[in-house]
Amino acid sequence: MKKIAISSEGPSLEDRVDPRFGRAAGFIIIEPQTLKFEYVNNGEAQVRAQGAGIQAAETVARHGVTSVLTGYVGPKAFQALSAAGIRVAQGLENVTVREALEKFQKGAVTWAKLSDARGGGA
Amino acid sequence: MIISVASGKGGTGKTTVATNLAVSLGGDVQLLDCDVEEPNAHLFIKPEIRKVETITTPVPEVQMEKCTLCGKCAEICQYKAIVVLGTAVLPFPELCHSCGGCMRVCPEKAIHETGRELGVIESGGRNGLQFVHGKTRIGEAMSPPLIRKVRERTRPDGLTIIDAPPGTSCPVIASMKGAHFVLLVTEPTPFGLHDLKLAVGAVRILEIPCGLVINRADMGDDRVKAYAEEAHLPILMEIPFDRRIAEAYSKGEMLVETIPEWKGRFAALYRRIEAEIARTATDTHWSGFPESALMPKDKR
Repeated sequence: MKKIAISSEGPSLEDRVDPRFGRAAGFIIIEPQTLKFEYVNNGEAQVRAQGAGIQAAETVARHGVTSVLTGYVGPKAFQALSAAGIRVAQGLENVTVREALEKFQKGAVTWAKLSDARGGGA
Repeated sequence: MIISVASGKGGTGKTTVATNLAVSLGGDVQLLDCDVEEPNAHLFIKPEIRKVETITTPVPEVQMEKCTLCGKCAEICQYKAIVVLGTAVLPFPELCHSCGGCMRVCPEKAIHETGRELGVIESGGRNGLQFVHGKTRIGEAMSPPLIRKVRERTRPDGLTIIDAPPGTSCPVIASMKGAHFVLLVTEPTPFGLHDLKLAVGAVRILEIPCGLVINRADMGDDRVKAYAEEAHLPILMEIPFDRRIAEAYSKGEMLVETIPEWKGRFAALYRRIEAEIARTATDTHWSGFPESALMPKDKR
């Protein structure tokens, strides 16, 4: 079953999408077909001096996701996600996790290219 | 002997003091500009550059045909400079601190060293003065490795003067550590005083004797002097707020060459530094430069 990760400010589908990927509060890892989901805390990556995005990419890759929905992804995290074969949709800030998921299900998200990565870098 | 000229606040006159001190002592002095992110001592010294070296730091490169994706390299790296994702091993050379850990723990010997360019080191001189400075590669985020490479050019004997970068973070520590004396250049303004206190804190952790030069000494207020007295910091020189000094500086001229009486004043500054080093060497509170000097006091 394909899973997606949505950066989230909290553990429920009604929480808002955390606009930051690397320093997101956590990730909702969800199977879009069954809506079965779990919340993965990203606390450790949040406080890193550097490499937060890379660590977050490792985290979502470990959960076997194939897509990430978020606000924005930095260039290094983008590289890491690409290496893991995970595609990224950015610009999903100011919506709830559920709304982001609905957009994804309608095919209304745009998959980013490396040149679109615009995060904070290190 | 190594004298490091630092400040805390930027723009207080480190380069003015370092270059004029070096030139006043006539001849056999070495000047290292360790402000490798924006070196400017060469604008005043105008050295003839005789050698340009490209400096690199070792970073990992992975031979994927040997790699088993065991992940030991990623596990040991504290900087996320190498990660294993899916079937790829991804080094991030710009995050690497060159510890060599990943190479050592790789059971397949699949990782070898390649170089990340830190910048260049240019060396030369003028009138017997030996000059070395580093220039960080544009885009390079870490300057301490290049600063340490500049400092490796310190000659074994004689006097070496270091022009340090501003601030009190890693590049400044890299430019002060192991010096015999730190000359702190400050100005009598609230900002000068605030950052001076931070710089003194850093110098005291390093346990290096230090003294002050107050630049533009006749403006602002007396709070820097009051602090110096309270913190037992000797004021070794005062430079007035003088239009002629600013004019010379703006034209890239040496103060000691434009206004010759300053040559004697800088020579006197050097004698005061020597006296201060001699005084602190006999001070029982002063205990040399232990390797542990960078650790917090309670952890030594």
